[in-house]
Amino acid sequence: MSSQASVLYDIPGPKAKRRDVVYNIVFTAFFVSLLAYIIYAFNQRGIFDDRWSVLWDPPKGQTAADVWHALLVRGLGATMLATVIAAPLALALGGALSVLRRGLRNRLGSASATVVTEIFRGLPVLLMMVLARFGFGWSGLWSVVFGLVVYNMAVVAEILRAGLAALPAGQREAGLSVGLSTMRTTVLIEMPQAVRIMLPALVSQLVVLLKDSSLGYIIAYSELLRQIRTMREYFGDRYTIPVFLVGATVYILINILVSRLAIWLEGRMRSSGNVAKADEGEPPMPEGGAEAARLTATHGRGPGDLPRT
Amino acid sequence: MITFIEEFGLVWGGFLATLSLTAVSGAIALVWGTVLAAFRVSPIGPLRTFGALYVEIVRNTPLTLMFFFWVFVAPSVGFVFPDLGFWPAVVSLSLYTSSFVCEALRSGVNSVGIGQAEASRSVGMTFSQTLMRVVLPQAWRSAIPPLISVLIALTKNTSVAAGFAFTELVAVSQRLANRYPGDVIEVIVGIGLMYLLITIPLGLLASQVEKRVAFAR
Repeated sequence: MSSQASVLYDIPGPKAKRRDVVYNIVFTAFFVSLLAYIIYAFNQRGIFDDRWSVLWDPPKGQTAADVWHALLVRGLGATMLATVIAAPLALALGGALSVLRRGLRNRLGSASATVVTEIFRGLPVLLMMVLARFGFGWSGLWSVVFGLVVYNMAVVAEILRAGLAALPAGQREAGLSVGLSTMRTTVLIEMPQAVRIMLPALVSQLVVLLKDSSLGYIIAYSELLRQIRTMREYFGDRYTIPVFLVGATVYILINILVSRLAIWLEGRMRSSGNVAKADEGEPPMPEGGAEAARLTATHGRGPGDLPRT
Repeated sequence: MITFIEEFGLVWGGFLATLSLTAVSGAIALVWGTVLAAFRVSPIGPLRTFGALYVEIVRNTPLTLMFFFWVFVAPSVGFVFPDLGFWPAVVSLSLYTSSFVCEALRSGVNSVGIGQAEASRSVGMTFSQTLMRVVLPQAWRSAIPPLISVLIALTKNTSVAAGFAFTELVAVSQRLANRYPGDVIEVIVGIGLMYLLITIPLGLLASQVEKRVAFAR
């Protein structure tokens, strides 16, 4: 980004340098004073009183171990459990969908794979969870898993489709010309390369999946956010902030770590030469996974990326 | 299908609620996201840092957590909304979506040829002139397809408001599910169709625009 951004303005001369110093000081002062005001306002409302003790010496006869156990073992554990069950299922089913869409010679078969992808991509995850919870009467965990799998399966299929479209046409032609069926060409030749190209986008999609697991809060699956709510009700309103901050930090840290993994993978991939490169002229990558935007941003190429939130 | 048709008044109300939530928070997110994108490419260090920090944090926060913050945490630091439901939802959704708008625009800015910015600099334009008159008008165009899919995602994300006292489509489906326990699946299929009514045309629009933009390039 920095290399691109610097194109937008000249290398500063003596005058611009002086001006930049002034701007820097002004804006830094602005942000610092804003922060200071927020802290002051919090202090006025008594945010920094003994309510933080809920984290080490909670009231109502609970021990600190109870609080942390509820947050990190039961809450985070439930979040992770749903994620760990849903992610492989979504990857496998999404892979199967995109293979069917690409490899089936039967028009009807590949069209129905397309329809399934399009429909489930366009529905809210929460609606799918509600369907499983109240329609099928499943438990909280399996409703969350169902919602996550159905939606992310469609997105994974879409990401892999973009990967398949990005492969040089010669790969498929070569496979077909040595006598492999279209299905075998897709599975044996194209898929392994598509997965490799799209690995960063697939890893970013894990962040989306993990974030969406917090929707379990709404259908009463006791994951991390639900535990925070429970604690708020148990200890009372004024203890919300410390507990919430712990939960938010946990969520954000985990997600940033996984995002970093995606960026690292991408950098590694670009430095290794063994990845099939796309032909010139960027292939469309409709609604590529979560942060395909970043993919394009760092590659600095065409408009193909569609970030999903 | 009978239940769904009988209760269509309720469903239609939910549909309008989803639409208005999408429209209002989409508009705010678009403006704030553009400002953030300008921050992120600006020559002023503190603004760049602010933009980068904002996007990194907000993008890695679950939307449900954002809602939880504005509904349960903000009131205890003195930030109380006049009514629960619509406005907390608008604030959460716009703050969340703006980080994705920012990233879509930024990659749009990156896709504008270097020569464009160089040319405008060489005729003596300042940073803000370069950005406003040369780069952003072109960045917008290639950012439209990703922006539309941000909008699609926003439409689906408005469903989170169902968990925080706002009656939109998913909340309607929950209510109908309680009232008619026998017809839950049919009701949810109907509600799903209402969502597809918004998301599928938007998706088609995105791929149409994308084709055209790819051609123009």
